[in-house]
Amino acid sequence: MSTFAAKRLQKEMAKIHQGLAPGIFFVNSPNLQHWQMDIQVLDSNPLYAGKTFRLNFRFSNNYPIEAPEVTFIRAPDREIPMHPHIYSNGIICLDLLSSGNGWSPVQSVESVCMSIQSMLTGNTKNERPEGDEAFVLREGRSVRDIRFVYDDPTV
Amino acid sequence: MAMSSDEEYGSDQMMSDDELDADSLGELAGNLDSDYDNDADDDQFLENMRDDKPQKPAYEVDYTTLSDAELRNKQKEQVEDVRHILGQPVEQTAILLRYFKWQKERLIDKYMDDPDKVLEDAGLGAEWNDDPKLEKVRGFSCDICCDDDAEMNTYSMRCGHRYCADCYKQYLENKIMSEGESGRIQCPTDGCSRIVDSKTVRLLASPKVLARYGELLNRTYVDDKPNLRWCPAPECEFAVDCAVRQTELHKIIPTVVCNCGLRFCFGCGHNDHQPCPCALMKKWLKKCEDDSETANWISAHTKECPKCVSTIEKNGGCNHMTCRKCKHEFCWVCMGPWSEHGTNWYNCNRFEEKSGEEARGQQAKSRASLERYLHYYNRYANHDHSAKLDKDLYVKTEKKMTSLQSSSGMSWIEVQYLEAASTALQQCRQTLKWTYAFAFYLQRNNDTYIFEDNQRDLEMAVEQLSELFEKPADQLAASRKEMVDKTAYVGHRRRILLEDTANGLRDERWQFTTDIR
Repeated sequence: MSTFAAKRLQKEMAKIHQGLAPGIFFVNSPNLQHWQMDIQVLDSNPLYAGKTFRLNFRFSNNYPIEAPEVTFIRAPDREIPMHPHIYSNGIICLDLLSSGNGWSPVQSVESVCMSIQSMLTGNTKNERPEGDEAFVLREGRSVRDIRFVYDDPTV
Repeated sequence: MAMSSDEEYGSDQMMSDDELDADSLGELAGNLDSDYDNDADDDQFLENMRDDKPQKPAYEVDYTTLSDAELRNKQKEQVEDVRHILGQPVEQTAILLRYFKWQKERLIDKYMDDPDKVLEDAGLGAEWNDDPKLEKVRGFSCDICCDDDAEMNTYSMRCGHRYCADCYKQYLENKIMSEGESGRIQCPTDGCSRIVDSKTVRLLASPKVLARYGELLNRTYVDDKPNLRWCPAPECEFAVDCAVRQTELHKIIPTVVCNCGLRFCFGCGHNDHQPCPCALMKKWLKKCEDDSETANWISAHTKECPKCVSTIEKNGGCNHMTCRKCKHEFCWVCMGPWSEHGTNWYNCNRFEEKSGEEARGQQAKSRASLERYLHYYNRYANHDHSAKLDKDLYVKTEKKMTSLQSSSGMSWIEVQYLEAASTALQQCRQTLKWTYAFAFYLQRNNDTYIFEDNQRDLEMAVEQLSELFEKPADQLAASRKEMVDKTAYVGHRRRILLEDTANGLRDERWQFTTDIR
C-alpha cells in the first residue's frame, strides 16, 4: 500500500477511534486496505428498523484519489438490505462510489457510511434493482471470490 | 508530384479517387514514357482538376484532413475570435467554448444575455486574471491526506477549496491519466463544480501528465464538433473535417480518404461502404451477424411443414413425418401427404405426383425470402473474402513488379501499372460488396434495372481484370496495355455505378424495403 493512502487511512482510523456518527460502527480491519463497518438506520423506517447491515471497504493504492470499493456483505445476523439500488449480492449502485464524477477525495469512510445510511433512510420500496437475478448470476464469480476471503477465519 | 502549397495538397487528396481515372492514367502513362520530367504538365493537370471542381461527382464530398497541429491551431483561432468579443482571457474563453461544445454563436448569445450566469455555469465564477500560485498557509490541514505540516505547499482555485499541492497533483494525475478527463475536471471538493482550468494543470501537473492533458483537450475538440471525426485507423492521428450532417445520411454517403490512406465513411466511421447508405449498412451487418450462418444451416438441413410452415429439422428416423405443431403427416422426400403413400412405406418414389409437387411449391415460396437473402449474402461475402485476399495480392504485386522489372527490362516506374491495377481491384471489390447489401434492401422498380446493369458491368470488368492479374509474371509484360485499359475501365464502371446510386440517394429516387432515416 502506498504511503500516501496508508497515511490517510491511519488518520481516518485514529479519528474513528475518537468517535463516529450515530448508527455507524467500526467492526474490524484485517489490514489497512480492508475494513468492515456496520450501519443502522436510525429512524423508524419499517424496512430496516432494528436491523444492522455490514459494509465491506477495500482501498486501492490510490485512495482517497480513487473511490474505495464498497459492498454490503452477509454475516451472522447481517442481511443485504432491500433497496432498488442494492443488488442481492451486496453490490451498491451509488454514483458516490464510482471514481467518475461522483467520488471526491474529500470523502471518507465515515462520510460514505453516512451517505449509504441516508440512502436507506430515504427508501420506501421493498425491492431489488431491475435485472437483479441476471446481474447477480453474471457477477457471481467475483462476489464469491470476495466472500471467500471473508469467510475464511484464518485471514 | 510537386506540392508547393497546402491547397494543392488538399486537392490532391480530393482527387485520389480519380487516380484510376482514364484520363489521369493516360496522362500518367504519357509521363512515364517521356521520362517523367514534366512538372509543368503536372501543374497543368492540377489546374484542370481545379476547373473540374464544380462538376464534382455526386458520390464525393468536400472535406479536409487535419493534423494534430492544425487542430490545435483551429482551436486557438476560435478562442482568439471569441475572446475579443467576450473580453475574456484566453484560458477562460477556451473553457467557455468547450463548455458550449464550440458553438460560438450560442456562447456569445448566452454570454451577452447573462455573463455572470454563463461564467458560473462553466465553472468559472467571477472574473479572475491572476496567475495561480502555490502558497504556504499557517495552521492548514489538507482534507485529502490529513497532513498539517506548516511547510507544505498548498493550492486552491478561486472557489477557495484548498488542498496540499501533492494531493492536488495526484488528483489531477488520476483524473487525466486514469480517467481520461480533461476539459471537465472539477475541483476535488464534493459538490464544487468549478472546472480545473489549464493554468492550474500547467502549474501542478508533471510534463507527462500535461502532455496527455493537451492531447485529451485536443480530442474533446474533435469529439464536440459535429463536423469533425477521428480517422478510425489504429494509431492514426488525423481528424477529418466534413460538413455533412448526421441528418443527411439517408441522402449522401460522405466517403473520405484520410492522409494515412484509409478510406472511410465520415457519417459512421465504418470503412468505405458506398453505395450503401449508413443505415442500410448497419442493418445489413446486423442481419449478417444474426442470420447468415443460421440461414445457411436452415437452408441445408430443414424443410417446412407443408401445412403450417413450421420449420422442421429431420435429425433421424424414417420419412414419415408428423408435424409436432399441426399434426399433419407428410413424406420428407416428396413433401406430399402421407395418407397417399399407402403401404409403400419408408421408400418414396412418388416425387412426380401432383399433390407432392404442390406441397413442394408451397415450400419453395416460403423458402424464397431465405434464398433471396442468401443470394445477396453469398455475393457480398464473396467480394468481402476476395477483398481480404487482395491484401495478399498486394504483396504478390510487389514481387511481380520486381520480377517483371528483371525479366522484361522495364524500369520501376514502368511497372507501376500493376500497382494501379491492384488498387483498382481492391477498391472495386469493396464497392461491389456493398452493392449487394444495397440491392438486398432495394424495392424493385424501373431504376433497379439500371442499377443491376451497372452492378453486372462492374462485376464483369472486375473479374476480367482479376483474371489478367493472376497471370504468371512472364506473361504480364505482354498484357500491359490490356491491363492499363482494363484498370481504367473498372474505375470508369465504378464511377458510373456510384454516380447513379449517389444521384438516386440525393433525389430520394431509390425505394427501400426498410426505413433508412
